[in-house]
Amino acid sequence: MSYVAIADQHAHLHDPQTFLTKYVWSQDHKVIAIQYMVTAMAIGLVAIVLSMMMRLQLGFPGTFHFINPSNYYQFVTMHGMIMVVYLLTALFLGGFGNYLIPLMCGARDMVFPYLNMVSYWVYLLAVLVLVASFFVPGGPTGAGWTLYPPQAILAGTPGADWGITLMLVSLAIFIVGFTMGGLNYVVTVLQARCRGMTLMRMPLSVWGIFMATILALLAFPALLVSAIMMALDNHLGTSFFMPALMSLGDPTVHKGGSPLLFQHLFWFFGHPEVYIVALPAFGIVSDLISVNARRHIFGYRMMVWAIVAIGVLSFVVWAHHMYVSGMNPYFGFFFATTTLIIAIPTALKVYNWVLTLWRGDVHLTVPMLFAIGFVFTFINGGLTGLFLGNVTVDVPLSDTYFVVAHFHMVMGVSPVLVVCGAIYHWYPKMTGRMTSVTLGKLHFWLTFLGTYAIFLPMHYLGILGLPRRYFAMGDTYFIPQSVQEMNAAISIAALFVAASQLIFLFNLAWSLKHGKPAGGNPWRATTLEWQTPDTPPRHGNWGPELPVVYRWAYEYGAPGYKDDFVPQNQPPDGRVAAKHG
Amino acid sequence: MAVETMSGHIAPAGVVEGLPGVVTDFSSDKQAFPVHWGKAMMWIFLLSDTFIFSCFLTSYMHVRMSTTVPWPNPSEVFALSLGGQPIPLILIAIMTFILISSSGTMAMAVNYGYRRNRARTTALMLITAGFGATFVGMQAFEWTKLILEEGIRPWGNPLGAAQFGASFFMITGFHGLHVSAGVIYLVVVALRVWRGDYERAGNYEVVEIAGLYWHFVDLVWVFIFAFFYLW
Repeated sequence: MSYVAIADQHAHLHDPQTFLTKYVWSQDHKVIAIQYMVTAMAIGLVAIVLSMMMRLQLGFPGTFHFINPSNYYQFVTMHGMIMVVYLLTALFLGGFGNYLIPLMCGARDMVFPYLNMVSYWVYLLAVLVLVASFFVPGGPTGAGWTLYPPQAILAGTPGADWGITLMLVSLAIFIVGFTMGGLNYVVTVLQARCRGMTLMRMPLSVWGIFMATILALLAFPALLVSAIMMALDNHLGTSFFMPALMSLGDPTVHKGGSPLLFQHLFWFFGHPEVYIVALPAFGIVSDLISVNARRHIFGYRMMVWAIVAIGVLSFVVWAHHMYVSGMNPYFGFFFATTTLIIAIPTALKVYNWVLTLWRGDVHLTVPMLFAIGFVFTFINGGLTGLFLGNVTVDVPLSDTYFVVAHFHMVMGVSPVLVVCGAIYHWYPKMTGRMTSVTLGKLHFWLTFLGTYAIFLPMHYLGILGLPRRYFAMGDTYFIPQSVQEMNAAISIAALFVAASQLIFLFNLAWSLKHGKPAGGNPWRATTLEWQTPDTPPRHGNWGPELPVVYRWAYEYGAPGYKDDFVPQNQPPDGRVAAKHG
Repeated sequence: MAVETMSGHIAPAGVVEGLPGVVTDFSSDKQAFPVHWGKAMMWIFLLSDTFIFSCFLTSYMHVRMSTTVPWPNPSEVFALSLGGQPIPLILIAIMTFILISSSGTMAMAVNYGYRRNRARTTALMLITAGFGATFVGMQAFEWTKLILEEGIRPWGNPLGAAQFGASFFMITGFHGLHVSAGVIYLVVVALRVWRGDYERAGNYEVVEIAGLYWHFVDLVWVFIFAFFYLW
């Protein structure tokens, strides 16, 4: 059969001409990436506003009359779902996956650009359906982001009329769109690398995104299936998840369903989802730290195998979210063991980040600050994970602020710090201009210290037994008055952190026009995306000739070279590599 | 031998032997699998789809095992009266036979595709699509019979557990959608074969990729058959 590897195929170079094909209906992975990022950040802003509403209520109960208990649950639900799925998943895989995979692998584009474009528009549709649920009668669903039945679809839960349906439909659309993109990311990494780019020479960013995409392709089906079944329970009166019960004084039509089944399906998706947002962060942080410490990443092969191991293990730990749901104790034992085993590859990665810094020539650039900040928050969140992974410790801490603090540290703050650092890092490649360092550092310190001010006290509140998701604490005998004062302090810190994200957005907007010109390789990095002939790269990325890779991605400070870094595509005999644009 | 490979022994032709050799081959540059990207993409999509059907089937098994109401006997529910004699599972047996046969004609179509036999490839693909359409048609008949004669609904039925109808309509419905999509897919590819698109491109791999999807849909049916009708 006549067939040629993509890297050996002849290039058809053409630049789209009209505004529409260049910026809107574009099949260029870089434009699609930016479309994904802008959409995800826009919906992320909505989620930040929702979290501020929650904090206003918790910090100053009774002060803001436009927040009633129903609204509050809707804010909780939408904040969680938007942040996890529509912001972080879409931003890391749709945004950075799209932008970095072809550039870092030395490809001209994704293997199936048309499908890639459709993927974005389907994602946008999912976001619009989600936003629409704010404007329907009854508002969005207030079932909590886990959408546990039976309460998710019972009358009396906010949004039971329309909100829950729109949420399920939006998730299904999101999964369809993501599958289109995800197939592209995986196959591009597998089949479209340039000459010399072996899997074991790929930058860790690509490894993290690659593995996360595989997780997503295998985990989202469980969410899709549970969404379909819940929609059937809701609209056709089937009883997959719904037991026979009374609702508002009347028996419902349901009989004999299993709410636990939903929890299993949901967490079979939900736990890999944690690593879908964590693995790209791991990969990107490895690259940021290596570039800015001017030192090769410590233990590259171990880092790769750790990513793979975490990915595999993430599929056998899901029931640690269900210790209090009622399970055979032996299951708890099994899932606690697998959960704690994940700590090994994860700790290995943390050690390797720190060992990369050790005796490195550390440049505290803005991306580096975010990367180091990530290591702090991630260790913090990871350590509390050890507490919650153990059944006996988890049972009293379950559904308290300790859990809120844990997962916000480990999969909220940590990935978001990486997102910020990564945007500061690749902004010069995307736009050709540097961002403002002063504003960037201000943004970092406000965010980093601010998130600690928010989430560190929550650990104590949780140990005190403060339950999460409560609209107001009322007069509960074991909750002292000081809890209220601490909640108020947390809320004020949260307001500052939210406001400081405006600095970030302003920085991005301002630098578009006024930033210093960046040149092709401002960070003096080795990976391929910095070696493109043009900055920002044109459609097709590489000009007439694809790059050829001669070494791994971390050749920093090698003796015998003029610079302290050697680009991956610089030939071994020291001839001048591709010209920097 | 194993010791040599562990110590990084490299054979004269630059080939690494043993398990490290597998890793080296797989991670070599340009591509991990020596196939067209479309084929790799279809395989990965099918892997993802496998998880969807696995979730459906395990959910069905879960509700079947956890319900306290007796499960209707599939042999009786899915029996057809032929000549005054109820024959268990006869319709399903015919449907299964047709679908498996369509896998055979699909495999032949792929074979003729690689032999550059445009007419036979087109004909066999259309026959495959016809088998698929027949399957969907018989499924429609089966659904009609269950709904109108047996009174089985997604929300309940007179024979026993409510989850019987719910699981049945959901799983066979989702599979039927896959078959219907496959019929459309096969017809489109067949017409392009006939038009000579792949002749000009010199590459009939698209036929094989469509075949992968079709075989997958058949294989899923085998599992549905085993777990729903035979259990």
